[in-house]
Amino acid sequence: MTLVLRHPVMIAAGCGGTGPELAPYVEMADLPFVTRTLTRDPRAGSPGARMAESPSGLLNAIGMDNPGVAHFLEHELPWLVRAGAQVFVSLAGSTLGEYAELARRVGAAPGVAGIEVNVSAPDPGGAGIFEAREPFHAASAVAAVRRATPADLPVLAKLRPDVARVVESARAAVEAGATAVVVGNAVPAALPGGRPAGLTGPAIAPVALRCVTEVCGRLPQVVVVGCGGVADVAGARALLGAGAAAVQVGTALLRDPTTAMRLLAALGTDPSTRPREEP
Amino acid sequence: MGERDPRHVLAEVLASRRAGAFRHLTLTARGIPELFRPGTFVAASVAPTQMTRRALWIHRVSPTGTFGPTLDVVVEPRGVGGRWLADLTVGARVELTGPLGRPFSLPREPVACLLVGEGWSAAPLFPLAERLRDRQSAVTFLLSGADEAHLLTPREARRMARAAHVVTADGSVGRHGDVMSVLPAVLESTGAAVVYAAGPTALLRAVAGAAAAAGAQSQVALQEPLPCGTGLCRACVIGVRGTDGAAHQVRACLEGPVLPGDRVAWESLGGGR
Repeated sequence: MTLVLRHPVMIAAGCGGTGPELAPYVEMADLPFVTRTLTRDPRAGSPGARMAESPSGLLNAIGMDNPGVAHFLEHELPWLVRAGAQVFVSLAGSTLGEYAELARRVGAAPGVAGIEVNVSAPDPGGAGIFEAREPFHAASAVAAVRRATPADLPVLAKLRPDVARVVESARAAVEAGATAVVVGNAVPAALPGGRPAGLTGPAIAPVALRCVTEVCGRLPQVVVVGCGGVADVAGARALLGAGAAAVQVGTALLRDPTTAMRLLAALGTDPSTRPREEP
Repeated sequence: MGERDPRHVLAEVLASRRAGAFRHLTLTARGIPELFRPGTFVAASVAPTQMTRRALWIHRVSPTGTFGPTLDVVVEPRGVGGRWLADLTVGARVELTGPLGRPFSLPREPVACLLVGEGWSAAPLFPLAERLRDRQSAVTFLLSGADEAHLLTPREARRMARAAHVVTADGSVGRHGDVMSVLPAVLESTGAAVVYAAGPTALLRAVAGAAAAAGAQSQVALQEPLPCGTGLCRACVIGVRGTDGAAHQVRACLEGPVLPGDRVAWESLGGGR
């Protein structure tokens, strides 16, 4: 089982809308598209201010606003599949059982190319999501998903960009059955008033680069997708140069919804099958 | 990437002129003016350190000129983004996405229409007035501002409309007072069947209420922060009431920013800008 991406640039979870919002600006066919994180039940998300600017960064507290997995499977997934996107479904559960249930339902849906296990929400407590405080917590969620997912479907584990723990987290996730790891998610932060939020955007690019460098250096056999602050081709090349097989773009899409196309044009579109050489 | 889809372009500033406290920018924006309908907006990227965009009402489009089709926006030099936009000089480039959002709905038959706008927010009402006039509707403006400098062009309004009422908080021009102090009388005298409003949330809410009380329809152009403008970020959700009366969440940038006043769940909105 390896990760075969049709492009080395993926749309990061929560940043591509449901698909149609992005379609005016990109070629959806073959685009590796990670959905916003879905939960079992619909969630209204955070009340009040959800977003604020920080120098070269974005603070968000969306609170996993999503319509629930049933609505997604019925109303959103079919559009993405018809458009030809390579659909990775991001999942978060409030319990390990819920992770497994979500994986079962999503894994059985036609057209799904893979699952991304979100074990790195910047405010899991506030969102009512299973708290992956320790690497073994994250690994247990990955294992629950892996067991419930068809064997031929890649499972990506999206990890927290915590420099001190990211190598251990990546190792544990792969041992639990992750096909690849996404390094990483938003950096836990706070809105100006103190409410928990996640920091993304170019402000965190050096953090993502450090995390990707550590994981690729220490675990050369692990397939890594770099994520965090990529906005231009130099940023993408930095993560790829550090050993990432692909990159995800997210926050940059808010400023320029064509970012993925721009990066693809600059990087070339060779498929990035990257099971790296065994050491 | 269809022909009628909004587009993302690198626009060029052709002109920047001061108008009281505001600046009018004229921009080339390949493909955007051609798709414009009154009430739509463009999302502008500002300083490279700012990750969210600024939603700007399209104030005017010119189909032909030396530089091809152009569009105008009105900018208030306030906040990081507003100042950055106001400081753009001729020849500067700015990334724009548009046209975005749902336009104003137009009445099927010619009817009396009242257009209520405050400050720079009144920008989308001017191309709307032209469109309504072309369709033989009688258009009246009611423009307000803190003072003369914060008033969007009554002279232009008078040229486009049957009448233009002006009210300022300091009385420097027009009547002394605020919109609500004159709105009931203007609604009565014009017999407006449709009221279009653009301004801060508190004003829109009051206008929608007054319109409903007078038996008129209202269309309000919400002025919520729209961090991306394209529907991607989900940070602009507001409550609207469906035909069944139940409130549900929608993205202001996609379902709006123009909405029928009686559909907005006003309590779901902050103070606006």
